[in-house]
Amino acid sequence: MTGETQVQGLAIETRGLAKKFGSQTAVNGIDLMVPRGSVFGFLGPNGSGKTTSIRMLLGLSLATSGTISVLGQSMPARLHEVLPHVGALVEGPAFYPFLSGAANLRRLDTADRFAPRGTRRARVQGALERVGLSHAADKKVHAYSLGMKQRLGIANALLLPRELLVLDEPTNGLDPQGTREVRSLVHSLAAEGTTVFVSSHLLAEVEQMCTHAAVMSAGSLVAQGTLAQLRQVGESRVHLRTPDAAGALRVLTHLGLDPVLATSDAADEVVIALLGDTNWQPEAIVTALVAGGVRIRGFAIEEPSLEERFVALTGEGFDVVQ
Amino acid sequence: MSSSEFLPQTQTHTRARVGGWDLLGSEISVLFRRRRTWAMLAAVALIPTLLAVAVRLSSSTLDPGEGPPFLDRVSQNGLFVGFTAMVVAIPLFLPLTIGVVAGDTIAGEASLGTLRYLLVAPTGRVRLLLIKYAGAALFCLVATLTLTVSGALIGAALFPVGPVTLLSGDTISVTESLWRSLLVAAYVTVSLLGLSMIGLFISTLTDVPVGAMAATIVVSVVAQLLDVIPQLDWLHPWLFSHYWLGFADLLRQPLDLGSFGQNAIVQVCYVAVFGALAYSRFVTKDILS
Repeated sequence: MTGETQVQGLAIETRGLAKKFGSQTAVNGIDLMVPRGSVFGFLGPNGSGKTTSIRMLLGLSLATSGTISVLGQSMPARLHEVLPHVGALVEGPAFYPFLSGAANLRRLDTADRFAPRGTRRARVQGALERVGLSHAADKKVHAYSLGMKQRLGIANALLLPRELLVLDEPTNGLDPQGTREVRSLVHSLAAEGTTVFVSSHLLAEVEQMCTHAAVMSAGSLVAQGTLAQLRQVGESRVHLRTPDAAGALRVLTHLGLDPVLATSDAADEVVIALLGDTNWQPEAIVTALVAGGVRIRGFAIEEPSLEERFVALTGEGFDVVQ
Repeated sequence: MSSSEFLPQTQTHTRARVGGWDLLGSEISVLFRRRRTWAMLAAVALIPTLLAVAVRLSSSTLDPGEGPPFLDRVSQNGLFVGFTAMVVAIPLFLPLTIGVVAGDTIAGEASLGTLRYLLVAPTGRVRLLLIKYAGAALFCLVATLTLTVSGALIGAALFPVGPVTLLSGDTISVTESLWRSLLVAAYVTVSLLGLSMIGLFISTLTDVPVGAMAATIVVSVVAQLLDVIPQLDWLHPWLFSHYWLGFADLLRQPLDLGSFGQNAIVQVCYVAVFGALAYSRFVTKDILS
């Protein structure tokens, strides 16, 4: 993330951004760098400071220390210049339950002094269409399902063409179909040149949607970069399912790998070996195994998953780090 | 900005400021699209109605001066229904409705979560405060007008209507007395502006609208309590509720606008002080709702 980013510029840049609530540190001096044009995954378990950071980026809450620049301008000092170019979904959608979906969008659109009145109806209709809510436009929001509210929240962020979209947990409450639609929406927005900053606690989502990611843990930024850069830390490995574990261990050791017996269930045993910096091709390994008399029931080269990296960085389980 | 089909002029980094005060229109339409608002206005209209029906149905006539001011005159002249209802409504019922509307302004948006979306739209925080206050002030006007108009209508329906004898003993025509009614409505509207700003300030302190509503109503009750404690008479002219019942001066001939002016000055002071407090609280507030 050096040469290329400097040419394109950064959509979001923070330096030592920190937020304390009393004695508790919610965000602990993060240096976030979101390149323009990227789809940036902001990853971290619940309670790791993602939403607090987003609130500071959008000028909703004041940083205890550190600086923020959004779209090249300082926040919150230049809030009125910056925010018209930013669409946001922050900590879940929120609407007036007694108004219809379309009326809600019109209401929030009037709050934007830079949104032209003449095109308001057309823009509201367009945004509703884009998230597949046209049929429910005139329904009161209290009759909406969580997924529909989530879509309406995204529609609100799309009322005007934006340079930056900040989407906090955009697929929360959506069914698999809705999740896919959000993903393709993000892709099409990115194709139009919009920088998309997506927070999520779901790794798979970030892996499918994003070009870049940053990982938060307990208020600190523990990793950031392109997905490829984040993956590089892990290693590819051989995953072998066989009834002849002993033979497999022998052959793989002979190839210079360092195999271990992972599990042994009823019929098959699983042998795992890190490829390390050996340059064995998969077919060469299979040939060697077959030549060594090892019966192969399953063979795969597993790419390092971001999940392992994520878990390694943020810890496993449900513990919310305080 | 590749897809600026809606805004062909926005090639540069600054987007033209359009829309202006559309949010004010939106605020008013949201306020008057709530069932709660209509329920309160219906309740306000019920006060003169109940009063007039009760007087109409009872056979006994009140001695002059018995009951609330003007009540004894209602059966002779329907135009007094509105005045009597105003006297009955100003100590508690009108402040209650104002408490609900003003207490809800910011805290209501915060509890819905829409406050954060209004602010990132972006609505300036100062602008939002001004618009919220304008909405509450408009509600004051609509509530007092509702009371005045429903009082005049029900009075005319149930009782004879004729020239009105004022407190000073002079008699004025029906048209003149309708003008005086509107003047009373204006007086009461102004009376409630201070309380509205107090409600707006309290509303910036919390994310729980019911709390802000209750606190605003309590403040209005406390102010009226302080107003009847003789030991605190130095304070009385500075209580926002001190001139609330002073509109009787508008029912004298010649018209005495003295208390109207004093009332207005006190209300302006409260609007200024609590407006400043609301401003200083809200512009630096962390929006965590």
